[in-house]
Amino acid sequence: MRKDLSIVLCGQAGQGIQTVEYLLTRIFKLAGYNVFATKEYMSRVRGGINSTEIRVSSGPVCAYINRIDILIPLNKGAVGHVEKRISPQTIILAEKETIAEDFDQTRHKFIDVPFTKKATEIGNKIYSNVVAVGTVTGLFGIELQTVSEYVKKFFSSKADDVVQKNLAAVKEGFNLGLGLADSSKIKFDINDDADIKDQILVNGAEAVALGAIAGGCNFISSYPMSPSTGVLIFLAKQAKDFGIIAEQAEDEIAAINMAIGAWYAGARAMVTTSGGGFALMTEGLSLAGILESPIVIHLAQRPGPATGLPTRTEQADLELALYAGHGEFPRILLAPGKIQDGFYLTRKAFDLAEKYQIPVFILTDQYFVDSYYNTACPDLSDVSIEKHIVQTDADYKRYKLTDDGISPRGIPGYGKGLVAVDSDEHDEAGHITEDLGLRVEMVDKRLKKLELLKDESIPPELVGSEDYKNLIVCWGSTYNIVREAVKNLGRDDTAFLHFKQVYPLPGQTSDYLKKARRIIIVENNATSQFAKLIKLHTGIEISDRILKYDGLSFYVEELAEKLNDLLK
Amino acid sequence: MDTEIFNMAGMDIAWCPGCGNFPILKILKQALAELTIEPTNLVMVSGIGQAAKIPHYLKANVFNGLHGRALPPATAIKATNPALTVIAESGDGDMYGEGGNHFIHTIRRNPNITNIVHNNMVYGLTKGQASPTSQTGFKTPVQVGGVFLEPFNPLAVAIALDASFVARAFSGDAEQTKEIIKKAIEHKGYALVDIFQPCVTFNKLNTFEWFKKNTYYLDDSHDPSNRNEAFTKATENEPFPLGIFYINPDKRTFEENIGIYKENQKPLYEREPDIGKLKSLIETFTITE
Ligand SMILES: Cc1ncc(C[n+]2csc(CCOP(=O)(O)OP(=O)(O)O)c2C)c(N)n1
Ligand code: SF4
Ligand SMILES: [Mg+2]
Repeated sequence: MRKDLSIVLCGQAGQGIQTVEYLLTRIFKLAGYNVFATKEYMSRVRGGINSTEIRVSSGPVCAYINRIDILIPLNKGAVGHVEKRISPQTIILAEKETIAEDFDQTRHKFIDVPFTKKATEIGNKIYSNVVAVGTVTGLFGIELQTVSEYVKKFFSSKADDVVQKNLAAVKEGFNLGLGLADSSKIKFDINDDADIKDQILVNGAEAVALGAIAGGCNFISSYPMSPSTGVLIFLAKQAKDFGIIAEQAEDEIAAINMAIGAWYAGARAMVTTSGGGFALMTEGLSLAGILESPIVIHLAQRPGPATGLPTRTEQADLELALYAGHGEFPRILLAPGKIQDGFYLTRKAFDLAEKYQIPVFILTDQYFVDSYYNTACPDLSDVSIEKHIVQTDADYKRYKLTDDGISPRGIPGYGKGLVAVDSDEHDEAGHITEDLGLRVEMVDKRLKKLELLKDESIPPELVGSEDYKNLIVCWGSTYNIVREAVKNLGRDDTAFLHFKQVYPLPGQTSDYLKKARRIIIVENNATSQFAKLIKLHTGIEISDRILKYDGLSFYVEELAEKLNDLLK
Repeated sequence: MDTEIFNMAGMDIAWCPGCGNFPILKILKQALAELTIEPTNLVMVSGIGQAAKIPHYLKANVFNGLHGRALPPATAIKATNPALTVIAESGDGDMYGEGGNHFIHTIRRNPNITNIVHNNMVYGLTKGQASPTSQTGFKTPVQVGGVFLEPFNPLAVAIALDASFVARAFSGDAEQTKEIIKKAIEHKGYALVDIFQPCVTFNKLNTFEWFKKNTYYLDDSHDPSNRNEAFTKATENEPFPLGIFYINPDKRTFEENIGIYKENQKPLYEREPDIGKLKSLIETFTITE
């Protein structure tokens, strides 16, 4: 019997699929189940078809799979949307009338569940999504009181009548679910897990935003762009409680120039954006380079070029982030894999940016920011943030030439000195110069920091046997998918190496790669950008590449299959 | 305070002899001295251009950023540490052309900063192309047949956006310009001072004499609280009115609106993240009830 169930809900934008995802994931967590959720959606506010996958399990689940155990299509056409993922084992819970023509009911395991009928009886078919929530929770035998209380809390800001109707909807659905459980038409063996009680359920965007707060972020200026906006929204909501200035700028150019100004005056600032928005920020990035200004850039990738697929996922802006900005200056690129990485890396980004006075990127993507699972509460025991601001003396020079290239960073109004920064090439005091000898000294000073960064780089994580023959290489958001796929392979000669710092390439990289007889790289892009970067810095060519660029993240099964084929 | 305090020793000034930028620099130093603003408490923010070099020529904290991008960092600097006096100063091309979008939205944001624009109706640093304020018919190596675009009217735009302080001055009149700058700095909220500035090298049309001949001062009968009248005045040209066109003293500033200084006046650099609160926030994600 299944120890882990994949439930997929499918419906139009505006049909409340997001509400279902929100309620179900939280109620599962509340009831003590391991849960994972991710969504794929169209770039429109109404219509189209969106889907959410929720995995419920006795043990941890963190990755996107193709398999659908239970499909709940809420409108006409929804079945077709996920057709390729439907197998003879997939149970379709739907209302006959809604989806009658959509598929051959005799060929699929179909159970007629009157979501809309019940909702209409309660007063409006808009409650059908909440009926569905009730049905799933009833099927799992979660206590009705737990479910109702959570639903009540969720709708608490709504009118009393609306709350009551939603509660009625949940109860009706719940009874339908109980009936399904009794009928033994759907069998699974999933237990709650006492270990998850203290864990948190957050998505990637929340992890990044919480990490930012922990890193002392008190200024965010950005311009809305999917899939990066979640971080701005989160911090705007917390702005009052945490003393954060959260400003929606007139454009991305303003956003990054504000953030750099904020650092100059003593804030810890970040921007959140996606490819197109970041493209507009590149002159500002270069400004940070010459000013030696810290800046944290959350770049949530989506498929390009240009507007591309606004709500889909891709890992194709690695080279953009790496080479953006005219001139030569150091930078760091971090790419969280686990949700926890989102927290720790973002927190660390602020310290790195401030210590080395350089731009630090957090490279995520739509899949990462929109996926949830329960994970350990971040460790807040060592929360001191590294501040490197000095009180200036009267003869302070912002760009004092030092052995390691780092000049003590003063800010205006703190000390007796004056702080001058300049986008022109400048002298030690920060004033415009065309002394070409000094120019060379300043370039060298800035680039020297790259050497220091190499010593501080975050090593890649090796998962699997140390005595691997085959090494799968990946970076960023694919971590959990690769992990589950490699586990499914069940080969003890195969390990995987995940990079959460992609630039500067960690020093250990060559050693890991040289040990392998065969290397396969997995990337959510068309040109294997990370393989190119590895080649450039280690000379090692990775020619076995599994690439995906249809706008979706890998599924565990397809990746396992592709790996299997290559390793046969 | 003695203006000497703002003097920079040994700077190689990159302006042409006779340029209108020189008197503006002198006037600015006098205004700052009369307002007893300490150099350490002053941040001069600029973009790129001849005018934008001004922060390097007086004693102050300097943020000399990108072409067109002085206003966003100026806004952020003020918001990060409201105790600082922040002046964003650049040329007409910088503020109204490359930075036009920031000009509009900074007015809407209303930070308590002063925005001084050296308006020479030309791109000086890049050697004489048209600027947004160039007058029609002005011939340049690019606008070979003469400018035919409608000149940008910064004052009318600012008043239309209900900017909280809008003025125009002329670099040729030290006394009045100084008074206007002082009022602008003292004004609470965004203050625009557009200063007519002859470019002796690249603008042979709008010369010192031309500005002298084509300007006049608004007199006492002008009521700066009357927005409609101010707008009408702003649309006048040849002669162009000088003086304070419009003041809206009632607008809340950006720093007030962001709310983080209501209970705590400390600038951001003196603050630490509240880890206790963060713990409680993170706990809400455990969803145990
Ligand atoms: C992004 C960018 N585009 C173009 C330039 C070149 N540039 C420098 S200053 C300038 C115009 C200067 O005109 P203005 O702002 O009126 O200043 P002025 O020199 O007249 O004082 C231009 C086009 C630049 N530095 N950066
Ligand atoms: S080019 Fe014009 S504006 Fe620039 S310094 Fe020379 S005279 Fe002044
Ligand atoms: Mg100009």
